[in-house]
Amino acid sequence: MTLVQFLFYVMSFIALGSALFVAATKNLVRSIFMFFITLFALAGLYVLALADFVAITQIVIYVGGILVLILFAFMLSGKEALNILVQQRKPFISIKTIPALLLAALFLIVLINMVVKVDANNLGWIKKSVAFKNEIQPNAAMTENIGVNLMTSYLLPFEAISILLMLALVGAAHLSRKGGSQ
Amino acid sequence: MISLTDFLIVSAALFCIGLYMILSKHNAIQILIGIELMLNAAILNLVAFGKYDRFNNGGQMFALFAIVLAAATTAVALAIILNVYKKYKTIDPGQVDKLKD
Repeated sequence: MTLVQFLFYVMSFIALGSALFVAATKNLVRSIFMFFITLFALAGLYVLALADFVAITQIVIYVGGILVLILFAFMLSGKEALNILVQQRKPFISIKTIPALLLAALFLIVLINMVVKVDANNLGWIKKSVAFKNEIQPNAAMTENIGVNLMTSYLLPFEAISILLMLALVGAAHLSRKGGSQ
Repeated sequence: MISLTDFLIVSAALFCIGLYMILSKHNAIQILIGIELMLNAAILNLVAFGKYDRFNNGGQMFALFAIVLAAATTAVALAIILNVYKKYKTIDPGQVDKLKD
């Protein structure tokens, strides 16, 4: 087992374990902070998939932006949200969560069955890409290529997403305005 | 090297944990976290397959777009949650059952 594989297993164990903790815990603040760990471990997995730029973006946007936003919203929504959580002293598997658990477990079985059947390493285009050396090498610097591609072949999605970001900004500012528009 | 199947299995497990959170939680913020987990599972798949596309970078590029989309979604969703809390004094989606008038 090489070091890369070892790191992959460690990272995926951390990601899955902390995601399970996020799903299982009753304490909302603790679950938000454990979600930090999940996102960091996922960034590590992205690095192991040789996508370092995506990993840095994940850390900057998710950990720096989204989680701080979630914490803000949680703190602003006040004591009531906390009270709801204190009331529900249920075990992890109660009668109310059985359907959700069942659905998630069955869906996991279906997905894993499909993944095993597909056998992604022997897909046609992946074999072709390995044969034509179209595979990212561990020592390659991809950020420059990403920047060039972003401004040439992916310019249309880039512009579309910039318009969508502006719309979301205006919408969020309008929704959270004091007083309301009535 | 790490095979693609490992990445796919990890992301399938993450997706199902997110699905479980969405179905079972009574708190809008935790449901939002479940949605983020599912989005992250999808991004992990994109990145894992993007390794085999050195010249066009399709996978990594759309992973970046998905991250930005998740940020926009979260901002709007949290604004909506704050408004719902102001009106109903709860953020349990099961109790938000009235229209405006």
